[in-house]
Amino acid sequence: MSLLELTEVTRSVRLPDDRLLEILRGVTLSVDTGEHVAVVGRSGTGKSTLLNILGLLDAPTTGQYLLEGVPIGKLSNRARTRRRGRDFGFVFQQFNLLPGRTALENVAAPLMYASGRQFWARRRLAAEMLERVGLGDRVDTMPEKLSGGEQQRVAIARALVRGPRVILADEPTGALDVETGQEVMALLDDIASGTGAALVTITHDLAVAARAQRHYRLADGVLVPVDLGGAVGRTDWVGDVPTALPAIPELGPSVPTASNGVPATEVRP
Amino acid sequence: MTGFVGAVVEAWDELRIHRLRVLLALIGVAVAVMAITGVTAAVAMLTQGFTEQMERDMGRQVTLSLDAYPMSDQAPPATELDAVYTTALERYDITWATRDWYTNAPMRFPEGTAQVELRAVDPDFGTMQRVRVQDGRWFTDADTESFAPQLVVNQAFLTRLGVGGLDARPTVLLGDEMPVRSAVVGVVPDTWPGAEPMAYVLYDQLTRWYTVDASSGWGAPAPSLKVWVPPEVVDELSPMLRRDVMAVLPGWDVQVWDNRDTGMQALDDGARWVGLGVGAFALLLGGLGLVNIALVTVRHRIREIGIRRSFGATSGRIFFGVLMESVVATFVAGLVGVGLAVVVIRNVPVEAVFGGGIQDMPPFPVSAALVGMACATGVGALAGLIPATVAVRVKVIDAIRY
Repeated sequence: MSLLELTEVTRSVRLPDDRLLEILRGVTLSVDTGEHVAVVGRSGTGKSTLLNILGLLDAPTTGQYLLEGVPIGKLSNRARTRRRGRDFGFVFQQFNLLPGRTALENVAAPLMYASGRQFWARRRLAAEMLERVGLGDRVDTMPEKLSGGEQQRVAIARALVRGPRVILADEPTGALDVETGQEVMALLDDIASGTGAALVTITHDLAVAARAQRHYRLADGVLVPVDLGGAVGRTDWVGDVPTALPAIPELGPSVPTASNGVPATEVRP
Repeated sequence: MTGFVGAVVEAWDELRIHRLRVLLALIGVAVAVMAITGVTAAVAMLTQGFTEQMERDMGRQVTLSLDAYPMSDQAPPATELDAVYTTALERYDITWATRDWYTNAPMRFPEGTAQVELRAVDPDFGTMQRVRVQDGRWFTDADTESFAPQLVVNQAFLTRLGVGGLDARPTVLLGDEMPVRSAVVGVVPDTWPGAEPMAYVLYDQLTRWYTVDASSGWGAPAPSLKVWVPPEVVDELSPMLRRDVMAVLPGWDVQVWDNRDTGMQALDDGARWVGLGVGAFALLLGGLGLVNIALVTVRHRIREIGIRRSFGATSGRIFFGVLMESVVATFVAGLVGVGLAVVVIRNVPVEAVFGGGIQDMPPFPVSAALVGMACATGVGALAGLIPATVAVRVKVIDAIRY
């Protein structure tokens, strides 16, 4: 039994002009404990919607989503919310740290919704987690005083502090420079594998996606498995999906060409 | 348990982080609570001050005054009255009582003998009519047995006597043909500027040393009897006192009246309602300000609310959290308001405001403080409902990207 299992999931919304917009179409995906899965795709292809469904922030229009074998459609809103807090950790592109709160308070914030020992020991647990991400000396620092990389490390510590089963990272390096992004991903990988949590990364950066064990491409709402294995360890893989695609045969020619005209030479697989 | 504690901790954190906003929002609430508490306390002090002033003139609540007048030449003499009064006090187990007789007597001052207004009373009179002695002391029961009469005089008397205070142990001759030297043991303030000299003397001492010619004085021919009794016995006791005295003194007209209807309650109620009205209006304005700022704040916190939802915060928890922010904030504001009221009330220049001060300072109105706190917290809860509802209607996926 997989940890997460999507079967023929669709997600559509009705537009103001009454047209139906299909964001996801027949998505099937399973993620096991401790696995690292990456989903690449251009902006607007439904990556974030997929992540929201996986993280119980949104629900499929049709199809089935099993969480440890339990159909989430059968869970009440309250139960879904509780499982989201307990089983999922989110890492956002813009870090989304709570303003006006120190690094420690930010990391402790999810534990406010925990119960028992986790709630009462939240400050100690948060301090330990900050220590693990190398920010043990910045616990009382406000987010605005931290660099982008440090802020994302705080966000990672926050995502992991409740010991989630799944970490959902939405463009985790999107707001970071290349080198810092690689450091952050290395840290995320390291801690996720250390805790046994599954890691689902959504990105348009192939170098980031290549760190995963399994790779998928999302285009026009359709999820297709791809193999970016050749890129593992290549720190010179930099760039958006569209510009990189021509050099990756598995992705096929159907992927739209970059509209921003970024030269393909930026990606050298 | 952890859910409630967590919501309160979150609310407190939010208030701590946004101190300035909270401060601005809550000034109105704090002032309102201060107004409610402070005005109630001030009204209590004002009422007490007014009551004490009334009681100096008319006796404490409730004082029964029994006045007796002979209606014919055949009526028994006034000397019978003392025995009648004593019997009545014993029969009805009355503990606070005084005779009160307005009369006058000649006193020998450095500039010559002058008729001075005398008030012959018993020691209980000092308590029953809240006599304020500014120097020296009031009479005690032991003074009744002392050999020479003693006087408690007003400041004008002392001035006429030509002495500045009681350090010189002043005395004065009372009476004309066979005067007796009386010691001044206490001084009371003049009741108004330019007051004439007057003196209190113990009734028993006056009658022992001096025979008042009632026909030449201005007072009643016989002393009144004043008794201080619980309000609940007044209606029953009044006719019985009158009946008893009339039975022993045929030919005397006896009247008993009480001092209940003095208008003090009307002042008390009126001032209290005005105070509460002002406080309630201020609280309403404070609450509206709070709603306004809370609504704006929630708009600014939509992303934060989305992030918290991603942490597993249920909509109920978000609602309760935002509501609690308002409740905790107004509770704190209420505490501040009560604190300010305490500071103000404690520092009221009582002597200046109430002319002569208040003997029995009313306690700080804890009930008003609690009512103020409860009202403030209630307003906080009401003011928090709207932003809390807005907060839970935020769609999580939109909020995160807000």
